[in-house]
Amino acid sequence: MEPAGTSVNIAQEYLTFTLGDENYAIDILTVKEIRGYESVTKIANAPPFIKGVINLRGDIVPIVDLRIKFDVGNVTYDEFTIVIVLHIHSRIVGIVVDGVSDVVSLDKEQLRPPPDFGVAFNSRYLLGLATVNEQMIILVDINELISSEELGLFDTPAATGASL
Amino acid sequence: MSIDMQQFHTVFFDESQEHLEEMEQLLLDLDIENPDLEMLNSIFRAAHSIKGGSGIFGFDALGSVTHIMESLLDKIRKGQMAIVASMVDLFLNSVDQLKDILHCYRCGEEIDWAAVQRLSKELELVTAGKNSQQEELAEQQQGYGFFATPEVVTEEAFGFFDEPVADDSFGFFDDLPPISDAPANASSQTLASDAVFGFFEELLIPTQAPTTEHHSASENSPEKPSASIIDTRASSSPTPTNAVTDDEKIISLPDRAAAIKPAVSKQKQNEPATVESSSIRVDVAKVDQLINLVGEIVITQSMMNLLGKSLEGALAEKFQTVANELERNTREIQEAVMSIRMLPVSFVFNRFPRVVRDLSTKLGKQIDLLIEGGETELDKGLTEKLVDPLTHLVRNSIDHGIESAEVRRERGKNPTGTVLLRAAQQGGNIVISIRDDGGGLNRERILAKARENNIPISENPRDEEVWQLIFAPGFSTAAEVTDVSGRGVGMDVVKRNVQSLGGRIDIESRAGEGATFTIHLPLTLAIVDGMCVSVGSQTFIVPLVHIVESMQPSAADIKTLAANDQLLHVRNEYWPILPLHRVMQLDSQFTDASEGIVVLIETTKYRFALFVDALVGQQQVVIKSLEKHYKRVQGIAGATIMGDGSVALILDVESLALSVNDSVQMAAAG
Repeated sequence: MEPAGTSVNIAQEYLTFTLGDENYAIDILTVKEIRGYESVTKIANAPPFIKGVINLRGDIVPIVDLRIKFDVGNVTYDEFTIVIVLHIHSRIVGIVVDGVSDVVSLDKEQLRPPPDFGVAFNSRYLLGLATVNEQMIILVDINELISSEELGLFDTPAATGASL
Repeated sequence: MSIDMQQFHTVFFDESQEHLEEMEQLLLDLDIENPDLEMLNSIFRAAHSIKGGSGIFGFDALGSVTHIMESLLDKIRKGQMAIVASMVDLFLNSVDQLKDILHCYRCGEEIDWAAVQRLSKELELVTAGKNSQQEELAEQQQGYGFFATPEVVTEEAFGFFDEPVADDSFGFFDDLPPISDAPANASSQTLASDAVFGFFEELLIPTQAPTTEHHSASENSPEKPSASIIDTRASSSPTPTNAVTDDEKIISLPDRAAAIKPAVSKQKQNEPATVESSSIRVDVAKVDQLINLVGEIVITQSMMNLLGKSLEGALAEKFQTVANELERNTREIQEAVMSIRMLPVSFVFNRFPRVVRDLSTKLGKQIDLLIEGGETELDKGLTEKLVDPLTHLVRNSIDHGIESAEVRRERGKNPTGTVLLRAAQQGGNIVISIRDDGGGLNRERILAKARENNIPISENPRDEEVWQLIFAPGFSTAAEVTDVSGRGVGMDVVKRNVQSLGGRIDIESRAGEGATFTIHLPLTLAIVDGMCVSVGSQTFIVPLVHIVESMQPSAADIKTLAANDQLLHVRNEYWPILPLHRVMQLDSQFTDASEGIVVLIETTKYRFALFVDALVGQQQVVIKSLEKHYKRVQGIAGATIMGDGSVALILDVESLALSVNDSVQMAAAG
């Protein structure tokens, strides 16, 4: 199969995390850092899954709670709440997930085509499925998801490739 | 020499741009009655440097024009031809065209060869005016201007240390030691002449016409009357590049001084690299990155101070000492880094002699332009954005302010009007004023015009209120529209531009005596003076320029309208109340305006009372972009990082006003 998007090459590394009962993986090269959840500054007229903005060493970075967006997991904020800070198209975005599990190395052969339904994500944002240690992992096209109009993080999703 | 020439193009473009600006400046300063030889030499050198570089890089259009200019200039400075006003005009015109050509090369655009030919013809015509010998030169340059240089060199004035360097290469090679035996000549010559005349001599040498024999130079020099040497120096001193008279100055001068090659080449013997290293070109992005990083250090430092307060005992004391030391150092670093972005305001002011000259000729008025405080430093971003509003104001003063010479005579004034451009730093602000000694603003005409345009005015308004009316969109009292000003689009744009820089503009005017426009600007773009207000657990910043006053309103002054809208009654005026917690969708401490604080806010178009929980305090904040990683949010101009590391949003009062738009208009009607 030919995975959508260009980010999948042979034997790439992926960061896996949990959202609700499912395991997801994203290209590790998009991950800037992983940090604990800290209090955010709320922004008016934002959907509930956009928690607000934080100060990441001088950058004002929006925080998206994927648990709220996809209606999974227990939405609580404590010292164990994890934020994955992503670097997408020269933008920085933090996503809140239930937990970070592991870094896995996957090659093309291990990938299976994604199902059309049955996971929280629209199949548009899925690259495929893989099985690691007898667990199913869903590969997410995080670039596509974060810059999607559905999340509405950026003004013009089409133009996010342009650096600011 | 196999060097990739591309890498030098940018340097050449930058340097040529500077040379052209220098030329323009010198041409404007030039006294036609009594032209200063050193100035002519500097103009010549600028033209020559551009020509040299264009030859190397094959920029023929630049090369051919500068070559003819050079020939003409050479004649003038040798006294073979007297300079007249029309020549200065022609030169200025040429400088403009050269700038266009330079721009074309820089952007890879098509060169307007027809215009180049036309200009060359024009210049040649003037050059050929007297001397047939020069025509040969003109012919040669048609082929390939650059190689005609040696002919010029042999008879030219200052040249023997200049030419070998400039011809072989271009500016950035300058500091290579000259291949010829010029240094030896130069040193003995300088020493010899120093003994005679002291350091003024260096200016004299270029103005002389020595041959390549060094003793002839020193023999020649005493013939020059010393009085004129001192004159030379005095008259050229306003232009910093001309005032290079001693070694110390040469070292400390920025690299545009490198244009003065004779002076520089003396330097070469001792410290070849000094001039080059005294200033470097740096990408603004790198400087901005540095500024951002320093901003981070400042924040981290204040967070650390906060933490230090929770320490106890002897350790706390030690920590405090170290923390204080660090605080002082970071503050110094911050100031130093900020100063990198600072440019003297003369970068803006220097274009005005030209504007005034062109305009006064066009309008047939006699106008002197005085410039004060050109050395005041301003953020680079600000200087760039100041150009348009200032140009508008200066044009305005000349067109509407200064009367014609006849009228001025009738009124018993000096027929020559004066426009004064002044910059000064006052505390954390830069104040730039444009003063003219013209007729002043006409109160009656402005009021009549305002009524005509249905602009609301109070009864018997104060002068200041009347003057502010001219900033209303579409307002112009000019009796007729000229192509200089009077389309009524100017002043509101000026005010908007100034406000977008976080500044404000005041007018003072006296009938018959003139008007003064004063622009107050913050020192830098990245910082705004703000009032911190709190709503619930969050802090917001209101830009101070928009705040009229803050108060705790009494319940009796609050009038409730339908649909939860409230008005605040202050001194016989009604201000619509805008609860910030409602706009920002937050839980606030208070829901009744009489319990909290209202901040009266006035923008160009609207005014309203912002209802918040409490005032936290006034402080300067560094503006951070929210759009960089998120998107534009209505009512928010940006964000900043507070001392504790948390993010506070900076309110955009103009767009906040839109959310109370309806009630505002209602209030204005009532």
